[in-house]
Parts: sequence; structure tokens; C-alpha cells
Amino acid sequence: MSERLRIGFIPLADAAALIVAVDKGFCATEGLDVELVREISWANVRDKFNIGLFDAAHLLAPMAVASSLGIGHIKVPVISGFGLGVNGNAITVSPDLQAAIAAMAEGDVADPLVSARALARVVAERKALGLEPLIFGMTFPFSSHNYDLRFWMGAGGVDPDEDVRLVVLPPPYMVESLANKHLDGFCVGAPWNSVAIDLGIGHILHFSCELFQRAAEKMLAVRASWAEGHPETLARLIRAHDRAAQFIEHEPNRDEVCAILTAPGRIEVTPELIRRTLDGRLKVSPEGRIRETGRYLLVGREAAARPDPVQGAWNYAQMVRWGQAPLSAELLAAAKAVFRPDLYDAAVGTPPILPIAPADGIGECTGTHFDPDDIAGYLSALTIRR
Amino acid sequence: MDPLLKIVIVDENPVRAGILTEGLREAGMSQITYLAATTNLLARIYEIDPDVILIDLENPSRDMLEQMFQVSRIVKRPIAMFVDQSDTASIQASVDAGVSAYIVDGLKKERMKHILDLCISRFNAFAHLETELHRARSALDDRKVIDRAKGILMKAKGLTEEQAYVLLRTTAMNEKKKIAEIAQSVVTASEMLK
Repeated sequence: MSERLRIGFIPLADAAALIVAVDKGFCATEGLDVELVREISWANVRDKFNIGLFDAAHLLAPMAVASSLGIGHIKVPVISGFGLGVNGNAITVSPDLQAAIAAMAEGDVADPLVSARALARVVAERKALGLEPLIFGMTFPFSSHNYDLRFWMGAGGVDPDEDVRLVVLPPPYMVESLANKHLDGFCVGAPWNSVAIDLGIGHILHFSCELFQRAAEKMLAVRASWAEGHPETLARLIRAHDRAAQFIEHEPNRDEVCAILTAPGRIEVTPELIRRTLDGRLKVSPEGRIRETGRYLLVGREAAARPDPVQGAWNYAQMVRWGQAPLSAELLAAAKAVFRPDLYDAAVGTPPILPIAPADGIGECTGTHFDPDDIAGYLSALTIRR
Repeated sequence: MDPLLKIVIVDENPVRAGILTEGLREAGMSQITYLAATTNLLARIYEIDPDVILIDLENPSRDMLEQMFQVSRIVKRPIAMFVDQSDTASIQASVDAGVSAYIVDGLKKERMKHILDLCISRFNAFAHLETELHRARSALDDRKVIDRAKGILMKAKGLTEEQAYVLLRTTAMNEKKKIAEIAQSVVTASEMLK
């Protein structure tokens, strides 16, 4: 008899392993009858997951950490034995802002440090002229998109709370808001950056993998209490998703994968949009300029599926940096404990080999060394923080 | 309940919002603002400065509200969500019913429980109403298609209305299908044969 599970998800490219695991039958092979429930907001996914309407959920990595620490909402300890994606976001700006940044840039604007310093000059100039601050959209207070934008701005000397305005918007509204000039830029996951490019209203300034070599994006999260009661089910779930991730990463399967992901009830965009993300070959300007990277979104490749406690520490450090959480050894330990490589290893067998591992586990473009055991030391090197 | 409690209802469905507003008014609340559109939601909420925000779960602007609470926390105006951490039963019931409540900290728990209970029963009443409406509508649709099928059979086979209906009914029974389904296939077939 197969076990019934309900999993909540948001229609995004990094829900790929979830969708393929169900629709390609990998869950069924493990004796799991999984119902995927599409949700409209992260708050919905979190609430339904927290109260047990979902057995597992597609969660933003920072959201899994916040839930475990009890910040922003009720405290529900969460663990994850499977990472749904590493990297995968991009910063898109309006053509006007793109031109302003390019004009102010000293050096190659493709370098995030160059563009961030140029942004600081644009911001200063606007201030001198008495113009309204620039407005940037992101998806949730506890999201990689929020931290990506803040990190990039901070690296160039822009204070994200003082010099610009950061607002939360649902991804579909983001594109619309950039089009009608309510936003000057945004950071979001796939396929929304590409949607803006195709509409001719934005330029992709940076992929998030240009800011960090490895940043955990979404997790397959379960409640710690549920995991305790269902260890075998969790192991099967991890195995099914690992097989799905491998299937997705096997290049000859890409057409099929894109067809599965874009089916009705799943992501519902054109297969071509998803394909760009998975292939890491993205159109970055309305004129059709292409930028390629081997690391736009990692689904299972380079050990992306294996949760890394360093990511928990890093996400927690961002929360402390921006005033969302106090600094304490206890909270740090709780943040790390969300990421459970041991559960992944036990379910899948041998741990995967990590071919490109940055020394600090993150690989920040600023070269700052991140020490997961010394958050205070890491933060003291940063001038802009709360 | 305190009639001066400021309540904001954010719902894209005016019928459901109406049911909720009515219920809250019956309970003695007078300061209720209904926001249908989500454009400029945050600015409007700041302006109203409500004690309680009720928002339907299918509203994508919920994530936006979460940001507002984050900011509020930083400006030392703490806001709690739902009743309190321990009251998971209330949270579950409210999420099940499709409503999410955001409550300004400092509001008496008992009072809030009251509002939440009222909302849940109202939302459930709405869901019930919707199911009823759906059922009534499909019954009406069924009637229409059966009438059309009877007309087709009467004309094509020279039957009376009574005989046409009996034919539909016996066929449905033999095929273990609903009369409306058989009627629909008669209509479809006749359109194809036109």
C-alpha cells in the first residue's frame, strides 16, 4: 500500500525536482502517492506546512531557517534532507537604470562590484537632484532574493534600507511593475527574469551565481516532528527526489523535463523559458544578447541536492546583518541544524563528490571570508549592516 | 467585542467580503474597511492603521503583508500573527476555512478568538453557499441539455415528450450513466450529423 503525502509548491523552475519526482513516477516507485498542491504565496505554503496541511514543502532556504528560529512567525522546527536548488536567481533592472549604471561604471559592468559601485553613484546623483529613491522588488522578507539584493547593494556602498526602497511583490506583479515603472529593478527566480527580457522591459544585470558560487535556494522541507515519526518515508522521499534531480540534469532528458514542468497545473510557461534556466543560457537584454554560465541553477549537479549546514549559518548571518534576528550561539546552531546532509547520505547511499567547492562554502564575489562558526567576526568586516 | 476595533478586510471576492462584513457588524463592530484591490495595499493599510487585518488565503499580497510586519518589528511596533503561538487549533481552523488573520499585538486574546471564530464560521458559510450555487447551476445546465435532447429525439423519431424522456432515462440506466450525460451525447451527435 502506498503512502499518501501532500506537498505544497510555488510554480518556479526550482520546483523541478518536486514535479519530476511525481510526474515521472519516481515517488510511486518508492511507494509514495504524492499530491502536489500549487500555492500562490510563500506565506500560504509556510502556513499550510506549519500547521500540518502539507507533509512537506518547497520552501525558500531562509524561510526554513526563519521557521526553525521562530522569527517572523510561529516557531516550527524544520529540517531538510534534500536541496531543491542552488543559485537560480537574477537581478533585472529597467532599461533606464541599466543605462545609468553603465554610464557610471568604472570597469566591466558584468562585474557585480563594478555595477554595485556604479549603483551607489546613481543613487547619490538622484539624491543630489532631489529625486525619489529607486525601488527594487523581491519576493519575501526571508528570501534569497532579499539577501541577494542587499548583499549586492551593500558591496557597492548602498544601504538597502536608507538609500533605496525594497518592496515585496508576487513574481507575476514584478514584471508588470517594472513595465509600468513602479519598480526600477527586482531580484527573482526563473522564469520571471526571462519573462521581463522577452517583453523588452528589462535587462538582466547579474545572475545570482555571479554574486555567490553556491547559495542554497529552495529546500524540500519537513517538520522536525514529522521527520521523527516518519524516518522511512522521509528516506524514500529523498531518494525519489534525488532520482528526479539526476533525471533533470541528464542533458538528453531536457526536452521531456521541460514538457513535464510546463504542463497544466505545474509551471505553465513555455518550455523554452524553463530550458534557458536549466541550460544556463539566458537572454539578458531585449536585443537578445545571451550570457552563458554552467551554474545558473544547480539541480542535483555539484552536490546541490545535499544540504549543507554552512548555508544555514550563512542565511542566519544575513538575518543578523539586516536586523531580522539577534546574534546568539543557540540560534546559529538551530540554523545549521535545518540542513541535514546525514539524512541525505543515509537515504541515497554514498555522498556525492563536490567538484568546485569554495573555501568558505559560499564563495562571495567580494572575497569576504565567511566563517560559519564566527558570525560576529564575519559581520564586523561589513560596514553596512543593522 | 470592542466596537471601536479597526478591522480591514482584504478580499478579491466581494461576496465573501460582504458576508464577513455583515457578520462583524452583527457582532457590533463598526469600523470595518473593505479593500478589494491590492494596488497600493501597504500605503492604505498604514493609513487605516488597523488592529486586525483579515485576508483571504488566495490573495498573493499576503507576502507583501509579511514584509509590513517585518518593518513594523524594526520600528518597534510589534505585530503578532494569529492568536498566539500555542493556539495552533485556531490557526488550523482559519487556514482550513481559507482566511488568514493578522493581529496587532496587545489585542486581548479572548477578543481575537471571538473575531476569528466568527470569520471561520462566515467563511465556511460562504464555501457552503458556493457549493450550493454550483449545484444549482449544474442542475439548471442539466435541465437545459435534457430539454434539447428531448427536442432532438422528438423531431428525429417522432416521439412525444414523455416517450423521449423515457428513452433517455432507460438508456442512462442501461449504460449506468446520468441522464444529463446521455442527453449531452445526443446533442453532440446531432450537431456532428448536421
